[in-house]
Amino acid sequence: MPIKILMPTLSPTMTEGNLALWVKNEGDEVSPGDVIAEIETDKATMELETVDEGVLAKILIPEGTEEIPVNTPIAIILEEGEDKSQLEGMNLNHEKSESKTEITAAEEIIPNQDLVSSKESAQILDDDILNSDNGNPNASSNDQDRIKSSPLARRMAEQQQIDLSLINGSGPNGRIVRADIEAFSSLDTPVVKSNSSQVYKDEHSDFEIVPINNIQKVVARRLTEAKQEVPHFYLTVDCEIDNLLDVREDLNSRAKSNEFKISINDMIIKACAVALMQVPAANASWSDQGIKLYKNANISVAVAINDGLITPILNNANRKGLLTISSEMNELVSQAHAGTLTPDQYQGGTFSISNLGMYGVKSFQAIINPPQGCIMAIGKVEKKPIVKNDEISIASIMSATLSVDHRVVDGAIGAKFMEAFKTLIEDPLGMLL
Amino acid sequence: MTNKKYDLIILGGGPGGYVAAIRSSQLGLSTALVEAEHLGGVCLNWGCIPTKALLRTAEVYNLIKDSNEFGIKTENVSFDLEKVIKRSRNVSKKLNQGVEYLLKKNNVDIIEGWGKLAGKENGYNKLSIENDNSISSTIESKNIILATGSRARQLPGLESDGKMIWTYREAMIPEELPKSLLIIGAGAIGIEYASFYQTLGTSVTIVESLDRILPLEDKEISDLAHKAFEKRGINILTKSTVNSMKATGNSVKIVTDLKGDNSEITVDRVIVAVGITGNYENIGLDQTSIEINKSHIVVDEWCATGETGIWAIGDLVGPPWLAHKAEHEAIICVNRIAGVEESEPLLAENIPSCIYSQPQIASIGLTEEAATSLGKQIRVGRFPFQGNGKAIAMGETEGLVKTIFDSQSGEIIGAHMIGSDVTELIHGYSIAKTLESTEEELMRAVFPHPTLSEMIQESVMDAYDRAIHI
Repeated sequence: MPIKILMPTLSPTMTEGNLALWVKNEGDEVSPGDVIAEIETDKATMELETVDEGVLAKILIPEGTEEIPVNTPIAIILEEGEDKSQLEGMNLNHEKSESKTEITAAEEIIPNQDLVSSKESAQILDDDILNSDNGNPNASSNDQDRIKSSPLARRMAEQQQIDLSLINGSGPNGRIVRADIEAFSSLDTPVVKSNSSQVYKDEHSDFEIVPINNIQKVVARRLTEAKQEVPHFYLTVDCEIDNLLDVREDLNSRAKSNEFKISINDMIIKACAVALMQVPAANASWSDQGIKLYKNANISVAVAINDGLITPILNNANRKGLLTISSEMNELVSQAHAGTLTPDQYQGGTFSISNLGMYGVKSFQAIINPPQGCIMAIGKVEKKPIVKNDEISIASIMSATLSVDHRVVDGAIGAKFMEAFKTLIEDPLGMLL
Repeated sequence: MTNKKYDLIILGGGPGGYVAAIRSSQLGLSTALVEAEHLGGVCLNWGCIPTKALLRTAEVYNLIKDSNEFGIKTENVSFDLEKVIKRSRNVSKKLNQGVEYLLKKNNVDIIEGWGKLAGKENGYNKLSIENDNSISSTIESKNIILATGSRARQLPGLESDGKMIWTYREAMIPEELPKSLLIIGAGAIGIEYASFYQTLGTSVTIVESLDRILPLEDKEISDLAHKAFEKRGINILTKSTVNSMKATGNSVKIVTDLKGDNSEITVDRVIVAVGITGNYENIGLDQTSIEINKSHIVVDEWCATGETGIWAIGDLVGPPWLAHKAEHEAIICVNRIAGVEESEPLLAENIPSCIYSQPQIASIGLTEEAATSLGKQIRVGRFPFQGNGKAIAMGETEGLVKTIFDSQSGEIIGAHMIGSDVTELIHGYSIAKTLESTEEELMRAVFPHPTLSEMIQESVMDAYDRAIHI
């Protein structure tokens, strides 16, 4: 029987992927382990290997297609002895998620935890495939999966390759209308077909539209959701870090041949992890079932990369020493820049840190990275006059601002956490206990 | 004495005001409606309705005059102007009583008198009611909707005198039929009166300062209308203005600037139909932070003014000056006040416009020129009345149905029609546009045969080069 190759689920949040490249062409022979295509997911590009032997008989989704719902058939392999006539009449509906996927990614496949939305989003494309390939307009429509939308909204979504399941309808009974598509496409990706940036000129202005990649798209969507749905509040403390600077210098001086260099950031990660253990209620996230309290501190650290932002995770930072944190962090940052992070390296953190101190930012308020409950925003270190025992002296001050999801963490818990953090930062030896 | 308090007070009983009052009452709010003159407002008493009664007379008269074409012999057809006017007044009276009945049925307190905003106390907006120039009572509500409507705009030097120089109001109740009539302004009101008086035998001249009649309509349609009216004998002067008017004896001497040439015309009567001005004076706005722009009250998309708790709807807040716009604003505004979440702001592009001249004109959305100047890529379909079986059977083969689509999305950008009964066809596009249909749904929908409505479908199909009967 012909084997359908489906768009795989390569990460827990993946509901769709882009078909970046077909490595094999129609008619090519394939054997297990062959890379047949490259798939761009939320955050990374991955190679698809086949586990079957046969001929790549038909490519259903051309390369360059974006936002293909997971489990959508993308190609068909014929095994030995089968010929093309067997392709006819094949049901090319997207498969149920529990069915076996014949393809494995070069990376580990994470079970699909996002069944509902992937199913919805697949619906639209199914119809397309049925219509275009078989000329069969009788695509079954399941009422539960139906997304209420106006004909115009559907057409615009199709033309702009927008997945209707991502949009909340503002029309009667949640119907998606033109305005919703326009609003969505203005915050999401502009319609740019070619991969290179294009310069559009009109009488009034000169501007350039830069196509948005998947990472930017996901970041844009999630941050918008976060800022709209998460009730943020903010807590700021100033920390004196002269002791911390001394300790750091002392530690780094023990590296005889520069085999390590602990950064302030490494120490902030450690301080956050320890503070989270001291105030476990802050190591939490919101879910519909209830507040999730995490047992370990998996710290997401925001890293700026060429085409956006990624937050690799320092797992179990509460159980790691500064040296381990420092070397792991260096490795994560270089992987982030190289684009080789795997999904498990950037998904599933319990708490985030964003540090803009190196850019001279005094203090700022970061947007929470859902479903996490808190994000710490670190500003620059500067020497300031402070009053101690009624006398003015000079201290190195670093400002830290915690953004808090009030559903998860209330003001008192947030304040306790900040107190714990400040105590650890100002007396870093406390981290060692 | 404490003032009587209401959940909602509405000032003005026109199509905006009385609809607001009924909706308010439906939502369980205690409601008062203050009206100084007639329930039903201009629309029902001096506008839409009585003119339609007059134009129906013109239509029937024309039909009878043309009856030979249908095999019916008639001789010496004539009319009795007094009866024509009386019928029109009776129609208004009947509907006026109907509005009163509806308001009472809905437990709306109808208060007669001149209402005026009278300040704010403890969060309540006060409205004083004047009868015979003295305040007879004051009522209060947190929310007041102003729906005082509009009146004919007067141009300096060209003011109407109510006798020889009319506005739409005097033109509705002529004592005798003028032999000659000059109409200043070729908008909807001017054109409807031109059509009415011309049919009854008056020699009608229209002066329009812009380069075409019905300047808000699609140019193709306005050109067709121009030809149709000229064919009927109406004299149309575009790019022309009236410099001065002087009423003497039983005629009016008019100096006009006709496309650059000054000339003098003498006519029996003049109708000044140069637009509308909002009735915002003397209703107590001076002590409020309500903003006025070009004789209309400034409101947001929910009809809220700059003053908390004061709302304004209908002609008072600006064009299009249409009763159906006022009615929809009324419902949107009251829903908003009551906190009902079923409304959305009114989209101008979804408000149809109808002119009841012969031929009729109806439109919705953008004109072809407007769409093009906005840089839209469009597809235009047309279907003439001549190709429609029902139109031929009716003897109404003059006209066109035109549909404009966005060529990329298939959105209905606009529809423009001229011909018999098109005012009864335009709602098809209203529904389609509100549902955000594309050409596909309009092509799939089954239109009954034989009807004029088939022209809608044919015009849609023509936009995609698929028309069958052309």
